[in-house]
Amino acid sequence: MKPSAFAYHRPGTVDEAVATLAGVGDDGKVLAGGQSLVPMLNMRLAAPAHLVDVNRVDGLDEVRVVDDGAGASVRVGAAARHTDVEHDAEVAAVLPLLRQALEHVAHPTIRNRGTTVGSLVHADPAAELNAVLALLGGSVTLRSTTGSRVVNASELVTGPMQTCLRPDELATEAAFPVPQGHTGTAWTEVSRRAGDYAVCGVGVLVTVDDELRVRSARAAYVSMGPVPEVLDLTEPVAGIAAGGARPDEWAAAGRLATARLEPDDDIHATAAYRGHLAGVLTARAARAAAERAVARAGDTTGAST
Amino acid sequence: MSIEEHPGRTETRHDVRVTVNGVPRTATVPARRLLSDFLRHDLALTGTHVGCEHGVCGACTVLVDGRPIRSCLQFAVMHDGAEITTVEGCTRPDGELGPVQRAFRDCHGLQCGFCTPGFVTTITAYLDEHPRPSATEAREAISGNLCRCTGYQSIVDSVLRAAEIRSDQGDGRGETPQ
Repeated sequence: MKPSAFAYHRPGTVDEAVATLAGVGDDGKVLAGGQSLVPMLNMRLAAPAHLVDVNRVDGLDEVRVVDDGAGASVRVGAAARHTDVEHDAEVAAVLPLLRQALEHVAHPTIRNRGTTVGSLVHADPAAELNAVLALLGGSVTLRSTTGSRVVNASELVTGPMQTCLRPDELATEAAFPVPQGHTGTAWTEVSRRAGDYAVCGVGVLVTVDDELRVRSARAAYVSMGPVPEVLDLTEPVAGIAAGGARPDEWAAAGRLATARLEPDDDIHATAAYRGHLAGVLTARAARAAAERAVARAGDTTGAST
Repeated sequence: MSIEEHPGRTETRHDVRVTVNGVPRTATVPARRLLSDFLRHDLALTGTHVGCEHGVCGACTVLVDGRPIRSCLQFAVMHDGAEITTVEGCTRPDGELGPVQRAFRDCHGLQCGFCTPGFVTTITAYLDEHPRPSATEAREAISGNLCRCTGYQSIVDSVLRAAEIRSDQGDGRGETPQ
């Protein structure tokens, strides 16, 4: 249960970090929070010859809300901890889904070290943040000595724990777009114990019109496939009263989720049970998201008058 | 006290300077030395316990710059320059038991005691942020730490009792070393 030997690098700038990664090639790994990597090293499931510690790279620990004309987004640097994102008041005000999901990421002690960007590029099929990024249509910026590219959530994750990153690339920042219009969000999941990986987890984004009727509904799932699954749930709930709909109206969204998703069996749950959970949790999260959309629409209207 | 490296193996060693429980400490260790082993083997602070060594059990929890973290999931070299508080630092300045430790004694919050250092550090940091938790919040606060003896009820009681002790003594913060 001890890691094998490695050469330790601690760059101070992004340029130094990507130059180091380029130099060590396939035998290097980025070390940020270490909450997934170090267990793999301790158990010797991974034994890279070089670790590049990015915890002290200048400027990578920032969490910002940016409005660049193309719409607002929350930008999270590669060394920013889950805790920093979770407890950022400005982030919670513009994009509450981040905190709603982060509260389900392991335990506070793990979130104190684990990084949001590290979780995204680790690409565990149970990782809440990958589903949040997919639900919002977000992206990650990848830097190397040869330049920089921005990849969308759908391109980033290519399989379970697999991404499109090249060994010489460093993910420097994630961008979570703030959805337009009167929106509400919710995250809910079932795990065997508090803080464990979800057996099924779902995040829902509901948009309502000025009459507070559902205009669109979208959901993203974890542990329901090899990569985050995003479903459009609008059809069964379009036009219903977002604040006062009956439970059976939301259950229609749940039935759609159960029908569309194709989860696998594993030692924790059967595929049938996962499908059942997806139905129940989707209806529950959609209802909560819709109620929040109504409340936020009321706040916005109140503020503008 | 440092572990001898495998003969014939050359590994770069790094100077690591930290302040542990208010005391500056230095050791020279290979990069792969886990922070938990650094505290126990290199600094001879054996209060920090090592249970699962993959971040699940919480026994190795220490405070780095005031935040609880799993010391088995960190390399010591990453924390060069850090302020660390271990269970040995959760006492009062005069060496008597600190409020969380007293609460564990009062409420029988431990049996074998193996997991206790991780609970004490976790709860110490938690009460700094949440001085008056409810029973439900207290249970959530310890949900990342495993205990195989108590069944947790007495540990929940200990969290609530520690909050009482701290509030009787002011905010209790003065008892955590800088």
